[in-house]
Amino acid sequence: MSIEVRIPTILRPFTKDQKKVEASGSTLSGVINDLDVQYPGIAERLLENGALRRFINIYINDEDVRFMGGLDAPTKAGDSITILPAVAGG
Amino acid sequence: MTLEISRTFVDLILEQSRAEYPDEACGVILGPLGSGKAVRIKPMINAAHSPTFYEFDPKDLLSLYREADDKDEEIVVIYHSHTDTAAFPSRTDIAYAGEPGAHYVLVSTRQEIAPDTEFRSFRIVEGQVTEEEVSITD
Repeated sequence: MSIEVRIPTILRPFTKDQKKVEASGSTLSGVINDLDVQYPGIAERLLENGALRRFINIYINDEDVRFMGGLDAPTKAGDSITILPAVAGG
Repeated sequence: MTLEISRTFVDLILEQSRAEYPDEACGVILGPLGSGKAVRIKPMINAAHSPTFYEFDPKDLLSLYREADDKDEEIVVIYHSHTDTAAFPSRTDIAYAGEPGAHYVLVSTRQEIAPDTEFRSFRIVEGQVTEEEVSITD
């Protein structure tokens, strides 16, 4: 079993318009690497200088990964990951 | 593209923006998936509590998208107020605009124009801002 990742509209050009994709990895970092192998370029939209972008929110089973160790947050088969761009501005 | 929006929603957005002044106010209007219609307004908390910035709380953001999913809705309008500048997308508004399908509505609560209203709508796609007409219905 793998991990389900929900892709926001703005990143769907990378996933051929799929709303949900599958990936694997034992940490969020691993999952993002796997996503980038399947959908090249997507990692760059999530990461900046090796860290999560400030205005991208990622949740594992509805928990904000910022409170779960960020990129080191553990992931396992059956988890559901949601990526949402922040709604923010000046 | 034209934004069609009811007078009631326009008034609610302006009311909220004045009430939350000097902070920026923000929220969304949802509609049935694929309809593009602005049907259900949902004011959001500006987690930044700032006169120069707004941000939905990450928890509220997730609930919002979950709720929209459950009800087969989409986010049709994302609105926020500018407190001291024109109702035009700022550099940060453009940089963080993450919903290419949404109408980005801006209002201004700056003193010199109140109570007259600046109520404008834009598309923000890949850094490109396009203003669109606003058609207010009764």
